[in-house]
Amino acid sequence: MSLPLTRKDLMIVNMGPQHPSMHGVLRLIVTLDGEDVIDCEPILGYLHRGMEKIAENRTIIQYLPYVTRWDYLATMFTEAITVNAPEFLENIQIPQRASYIRVIMLELSRIASHLLWLGPFMADLGAQTPFFYIFRERELIYDLFEAATGMRMMHNYFRIGGVAADLPYGWIEKCLDFCDYFLRGVVEYQQLITQNPIFLERVEGVGFISGEEAVNWGLSGPMLRASGIQWDLRKVDPYESYNQFDWKVQWQKEGDSLARYLVRVGEMRESIKIIQQAVEKIPGGPYENLEVRRFKKEKNSEWNDFEYKFLGKKPSPNFELSRQELYVRVEAPKGELGIYLVGDDSLFPWRWKIRPPGFINLQILPQLVKKMKLADIMTILGSIDIIMGEVDR
Amino acid sequence: MNLIEFPLLDQTSSNSVISTTPNDLSNWSRLSSLWPLLYGTSCCFIEFASLIGSRFDFDRYGLVPRSSPRQADLILTAGTVTMKMAPSLVRLYEQMPEPKYVIAMGACTITGGMFSTDSYSTVRGVDKLIPVDVYLPGCPPKPEAVIDALTKLRKKISREIVEDRTLSQNKNRCFTTSHKLYVRRSTHTGTYEQELLYQSPSTLDISSETFFKSKSSVPSYKLVN
Repeated sequence: MSLPLTRKDLMIVNMGPQHPSMHGVLRLIVTLDGEDVIDCEPILGYLHRGMEKIAENRTIIQYLPYVTRWDYLATMFTEAITVNAPEFLENIQIPQRASYIRVIMLELSRIASHLLWLGPFMADLGAQTPFFYIFRERELIYDLFEAATGMRMMHNYFRIGGVAADLPYGWIEKCLDFCDYFLRGVVEYQQLITQNPIFLERVEGVGFISGEEAVNWGLSGPMLRASGIQWDLRKVDPYESYNQFDWKVQWQKEGDSLARYLVRVGEMRESIKIIQQAVEKIPGGPYENLEVRRFKKEKNSEWNDFEYKFLGKKPSPNFELSRQELYVRVEAPKGELGIYLVGDDSLFPWRWKIRPPGFINLQILPQLVKKMKLADIMTILGSIDIIMGEVDR
Repeated sequence: MNLIEFPLLDQTSSNSVISTTPNDLSNWSRLSSLWPLLYGTSCCFIEFASLIGSRFDFDRYGLVPRSSPRQADLILTAGTVTMKMAPSLVRLYEQMPEPKYVIAMGACTITGGMFSTDSYSTVRGVDKLIPVDVYLPGCPPKPEAVIDALTKLRKKISREIVEDRTLSQNKNRCFTTSHKLYVRRSTHTGTYEQELLYQSPSTLDISSETFFKSKSSVPSYKLVN
């Protein structure tokens, strides 16, 4: 693969780490030939805080506040994966109501994340107005979160075996109101953006990824689904109670930035559909598993069997992780968010490997921006949807 | 609809006199247009962005976010500052024109917050790097809290005396010793993919010194290929 070098005086431009369209602290070193990008080297690590190492010195309940600082746009997903890992490891069941509350929170969080993707993405393309539109809706989601969890962003809401608190009185109606309001909002976005000729000119055919390439690079989430592959972990590897709702996987086959935009906007609509169904048929009962079952170490015992062991009424703060290992994953707004957890019969995880979707998706950036124009870097980087908190961890 | 009318100055006040001092006037004009640098490393920046949004709308305090440090008066250190990011933050602060103000936003930039123990890479408090005017706690602080911090900063600016300001500028502004940031040999030569593809041998040996000199002496194509 040899690039035709028309001119020899190449220019090396440094973008970041402090740059308004670098979505945090990504740094790109771009080699330019005129306005054509010849080479691009991403430099990471400006927000590396050692999250995986910190996890090895924290119990799960102590570590829960940290996880919302990975992906601070889709905070609920990081909490979900953090409690799912020990739950699957110790085979803890959660009550239906807790599962429904989790689904509602996760989908609200997905909308919040996609909204805060849409605004800066459009701002990168030069359209500032949608940034103000999305904050109008996003603040309402924050209000819902604040009413239920007490915090706007860093909720610390999920617990092993359920959630920290039940939904407050009247929250369900507020949530339904929001759903109706938000569907109108999405229509407004689509009228404003989707048919906009300037927007189409900037995104159509930019940053093309074929389906095969997307699989080979290990992409996930909207990046993968925009390349014609119908892979959504909520369908493929169902968790919580997603199989009880009627919704469709959003996908496009074009594989360019426009397709990624369409997938994300479609996902917001589908999320609203899921929330409406979940709110409609949310069951009563406890919001937290009051009986933790713990297996004897020699062999697995059945639920309610002789060897079935009750350890406490609630999952205790010093929840012990047995000597097993597993990989769990959820479909976060940015892709597959996974945890590889190794327990060691101790309170702390022996290893807590995070598989952040943004980090894996970012790998393809140097290939995508090559032979494109300088201004297309923002489009492509924006359409990848990264958050440096989870890329660097 | 709108019953409350905007209080227009009535005719009699057109001839009135406002007495002030140059000091107060400069303080007043300074505090009414604090342009913040659009600086954000992590979570706090999302709340900072909410302030730009229509609900909190901090333009009404005269805060127009700027992307260039050379146009900014104020930096809110929104988000965790790691040791890798620290030189960049100091450089940004140094590039801002005087008078400049710093709000340490969030627990991470006050003491290191939740990363003050067991993290091997975060800076324990941004005041080890740059002088801080207002400490704004929270993880992350709500937008209302940011507005509160801005009000406190405005109050601080309004009480400033010009002579004190010039005196303190001449002295060392930082409480700690001056930073010794060395420019090390850069490994980022812009030939990231080309090294892999072409196996070009020469590019790795270019140190940053030759890179800086290259404008005058070395033809630049030698550097790249």
